Amino acid sequence: MTDLSTQSHSPTKRGWYKRHEIALTPWLFLLPGFLFFAVYVIFPIAQSFNVSLYAWDGLDRPIYAAVEGAEITDAECTALGPRARGNPGCAETGEFASTAEYIGLENYQELLGDRNFEISLWNNLKWLVLYLLAIPMGLFIALFLNQTVFGIRLYKSLFFFPFVISQVVVGLVFSWFYLPDAGLLDSFLQWLGFDGLNVLGNPDYATYGIIAAGLWPQTAYCMILYLTGLNAVDPEQVEAARLDGAKGWKMLWYVIIPQLKPATFIAFVVTIIGALRSFDLISIMTNGGPFGSTRVLSFYMFEKALSEYGFRMGYGAAIAVVLFLIMLVFIAYFLWSMYRDERGY
Amino acid sequence: MKSVFKLAAAALATTAITSTAALADGHALSGDLVIFSDMSNPAPRAVMEGMVERFGALHPDLNIELTVIDREAYKTQIRNFLTADAPDVANWYAANRMRPFVDAGLFMDISDLWAEDDFANLESTRGAMTLDGAQFGVPYTYYQWGVYYREDIFNELGLTEPTTWDQEVANCQVIVDSGRACYAIGSKFLWTAGGWFDYINMRTNGYDFHASLLAGNESWTSDEVRETFANWRQLIDMGGFLENHQSYSWQEALPFVVEGEATAYLIGNFAVQPLREAGLTDAQLDFYQFPAISADVPLAEDAPTDTFHIPSGAQNVEAAKEFLRFVVSAENQTMINAGDALGQLPIHAGASVDADEFLEQGFEMLSSNSPGGVAQFFDRDAPAEMASIAMEGLQEFMVFPDNLEDILARLEDARGSVY
Repeated sequence: MTDLSTQSHSPTKRGWYKRHEIALTPWLFLLPGFLFFAVYVIFPIAQSFNVSLYAWDGLDRPIYAAVEGAEITDAECTALGPRARGNPGCAETGEFASTAEYIGLENYQELLGDRNFEISLWNNLKWLVLYLLAIPMGLFIALFLNQTVFGIRLYKSLFFFPFVISQVVVGLVFSWFYLPDAGLLDSFLQWLGFDGLNVLGNPDYATYGIIAAGLWPQTAYCMILYLTGLNAVDPEQVEAARLDGAKGWKMLWYVIIPQLKPATFIAFVVTIIGALRSFDLISIMTNGGPFGSTRVLSFYMFEKALSEYGFRMGYGAAIAVVLFLIMLVFIAYFLWSMYRDERGY
Repeated sequence: MKSVFKLAAAALATTAITSTAALADGHALSGDLVIFSDMSNPAPRAVMEGMVERFGALHPDLNIELTVIDREAYKTQIRNFLTADAPDVANWYAANRMRPFVDAGLFMDISDLWAEDDFANLESTRGAMTLDGAQFGVPYTYYQWGVYYREDIFNELGLTEPTTWDQEVANCQVIVDSGRACYAIGSKFLWTAGGWFDYINMRTNGYDFHASLLAGNESWTSDEVRETFANWRQLIDMGGFLENHQSYSWQEALPFVVEGEATAYLIGNFAVQPLREAGLTDAQLDFYQFPAISADVPLAEDAPTDTFHIPSGAQNVEAAKEFLRFVVSAENQTMINAGDALGQLPIHAGASVDADEFLEQGFEMLSSNSPGGVAQFFDRDAPAEMASIAMEGLQEFMVFPDNLEDILARLEDARGSVY
């Protein structure tokens, strides 16, 4: 036994991997993650930057070659386009070439003068600011539900329910709620003696109407984050504060909320990202209308690049790049503050 | 072979009785025929499968593979499969909608088919299938647009089908006074507003001006266009259109007609089926051609056409062409457009129309009372990007007519960059 152990510890006998095992293993474990991140995140981002410099409708053109002995060149065959297949002198190669045309920064120049882009930017800002209301509302409901009475688990799950159902369903429910004449909101307003209000048909209110719909599930999400956070609040600190005479708002502000800081941070992150990703609700509730007044950048990008009337890939990519840069500001902030937390200041 | 076909074509043209047997005689088609179709709704799907079955029976050695793709998903998938994995035959739409694929050389030029005798019977859609002087597909069905109205309410109010704009406006006033809206419309998805613009502009300025405007050759700030909007505004200002239409899809606007809150609907023939299913009888529902606005402008109609094409990556071109000949034949077009099949109009002049109040009126209108021409539809005649920007403007105009100047300036601006 002693022989064996001395042998295995002798540095000359150990393989290269064995010698570097401690340093290498973490990287090996990280490798699949890095690989997938590179292929599915980094590479597409680079591709989007690249596509945004082109005018491209997403189509490739078939390449033809001249048949031997024919009085026509390869290039002439390809230039025939739809007529090449009917020309006996041309044969398919089965290859395709992109129809993209390099135009430099023209897509970005066009964005500057595009008023729909401007509307989308402003709407994104409205989403960012108003969506944050989900955090205090979630906190309020969490505080309210953080008690032990009969059936509290049921109440909690009912409050969490809107987050579980699909955004598409939320959008449908709210668009019925807002429906002119037949909808609940309109009936209620008319019952109170007000004029009917077509929230989603009015360019001044439509975006706010959609944000309100989005706040419903987002509040539930924040609530659940705070409920778990409240479990971690130290009862001894609460007890001590109570002995010192703290109660009500002061207790909440100086004792509870500081202890909920990790939950607040996560709630902030998911809400910001949720606001910038808003797409399904807009698509379901207004389809960007009326007359384009509820578009946000992600929806506008989809419209320009992938919808029935779109297929301007370069322009869509340019919008995506702008959206990415906006997100990058927040992502950088989140990463920085997480890094700071890890180092413990 | 060719002469047999010509004989058959002549027989078709004169008697409208088929000679598909004769057609098949000279052709021993073999190999695979791959068809991608967007006819995914139940009735169209049955029609497509029926066509494949009958064509297969004529050519027993041919192995036909049919793939039916959801109609909406098809609109994006076609862009992939035309390059990646081209079928021999594919569905699409006429006019400018096929422009991107023609420009990229992905649809095959099939002018040789159109030179054959039987294709003379498809003359009404030749223009819609032609781009840059060549034809790129064949039509299998189209349908009329026009005003579908509640006959019983018209009778109750003592109104008759209008043939002039003044009558139309006078009728509308009576309807508005009776507490109803004249026209149902759901403009949430924009294109229905395009239909209104098509008609008012074609009636005010004529087909040629309309086509030229959508092709980018006329200014959106011209006096002609302003006149169109002024006519449209008459109806808007008197409260002729359903309120809050910007919140409804075209289907969501149908109940207003069923319940009698709106008396008429400018829409395609596809609205008849849901209206009937909702309980309206043919005694309650009727159809009239959009009335003339300017007496010296020949009437022109919208009739969106659905088509078959041969992708340039097709492997079995011979079989694909034979299939297109089969599709356009009078017998087949009669069969697939019947009331219990697609319930639409055949294009072949020798085909017959099913005994249906609306199909008969539509066929009559398109074949004999549309001297100005037949347009496809706003979003098929104009390039896609222009169509989407313009239809948004049209919807805005219908809600806020006072924004007209701003809208027109925006469209004129878009015209500068799109074309």
